[in-house]
Amino acid sequence: MCLAIPAKIIRINKNIAEVKSLGVRKEIDISLVPGVSKGDFVIVHAGFAIQIIDKKDVLAIHSYWKEYLDEK
Amino acid sequence: MKNNIKGIVKSLNNYGTEHPINIMEVCGTHTMSISRYGLRQILPEKINLISGPGCPVCVTSATDIDTILEIIDKYDVTVFTFGDMLRVPGTRSSLYTKKSEGRDINICYSPADSLEFALKNPGKQVIFIAIGFETTIPLTSVILKRAYYKEANNFHIYNTHKLIPEALEALLIDKQIKIDAFLCPGHVSAIIGSKPYKFIAKNYHTPCVISGFEPYDILDSIIMIMDQIKKDKPDVEIQYKRVVREEGNPEAVKLIYEVFEKVDSCWRGLGSIADSGLRLKKKFLKFDAKICFPVKKVKSHEPPGCECGDILKGIKKPYECKLFSKVCKPENPIGPCMVSSEGSCAAYYKYKKEKL
Repeated sequence: MCLAIPAKIIRINKNIAEVKSLGVRKEIDISLVPGVSKGDFVIVHAGFAIQIIDKKDVLAIHSYWKEYLDEK
Repeated sequence: MKNNIKGIVKSLNNYGTEHPINIMEVCGTHTMSISRYGLRQILPEKINLISGPGCPVCVTSATDIDTILEIIDKYDVTVFTFGDMLRVPGTRSSLYTKKSEGRDINICYSPADSLEFALKNPGKQVIFIAIGFETTIPLTSVILKRAYYKEANNFHIYNTHKLIPEALEALLIDKQIKIDAFLCPGHVSAIIGSKPYKFIAKNYHTPCVISGFEPYDILDSIIMIMDQIKKDKPDVEIQYKRVVREEGNPEAVKLIYEVFEKVDSCWRGLGSIADSGLRLKKKFLKFDAKICFPVKKVKSHEPPGCECGDILKGIKKPYECKLFSKVCKPENPIGPCMVSSEGSCAAYYKYKKEKL
């Protein structure tokens, strides 16, 4: 249940951000990652960003989840 | 990557160990990954991976499930829950059955959806079933603070949140199973960091490595564990550095303890564990569904023949349960470990590379 996937912050409006993740755009809550900026990458769990991550690490995490989701 | 994995397996074979090494993977997502990639089968014979209690749905007690069902029977409430909870069997029924009988039970992706619904529908009494470990608890904390400031007095949570490090200690104290090391959960640790596990390495002389979820991550973490064992220097190390920092997410941890305080909690299979749960602080008690919707004490029992309790403690493997894959299957789960895709039984069933 503790699944979390990476997403890129596209737009920020107060505590809500529009993100792009695995090709899908959606809105998430960014209350738990103060200081996050447009263009940053975050890990998203159940509609909330829980940690900011480095861009270079995104691809590795992406490929794992893409494979998993494709299988499902 | 393939060569890396071959190399790691080869080097694992070089760790000569007289006794079998039991490594418990605590997180359900690790269990899923290990089964999916058949990692148990490629490890040296003396390294055993055993699945732990890291699936929140699986460790929710039958009493909690039955109490939620009692509330739904007695009161006109709108319930929001994560999808995994729906089919967990209680003693007599399940949320899924209640939903099919027409009760207002909804699956939500985010806890925020339930508060949003409550704010838009002030005439409805809304209950969010707050389940999960440290990864999810900050989310509940955010929405409770928001509910407080927006005076959403029709919003409630049925709280079953649980804490991982305290459960690990309980498993080490339990002498039925010998655990030599822990593969610690990645996303729980994204919140709490590595420090809360330090006492396990120090007081119980047990190595801990916080691992990522790819097969390479898990094998790399096992190498780190074997190194600690070889050097006889138990410590807490972070393999999943892409996401986990030593300090975790301090903002999220702060938020948890603004809203909650520690309390004993009952885990399915493990029983009551001191300080392994959370209760709402006084300021937030008006959101507590157990207080706002009182029901008589339920008499709960585990499904007859179900071995989920011993499976959650790592004492038994899923295929050692008589019901596994015969009566208990994902389409007709008897115990909770077959319900959630992260439950040990569901993972073993789906990727039938394990011994059946």
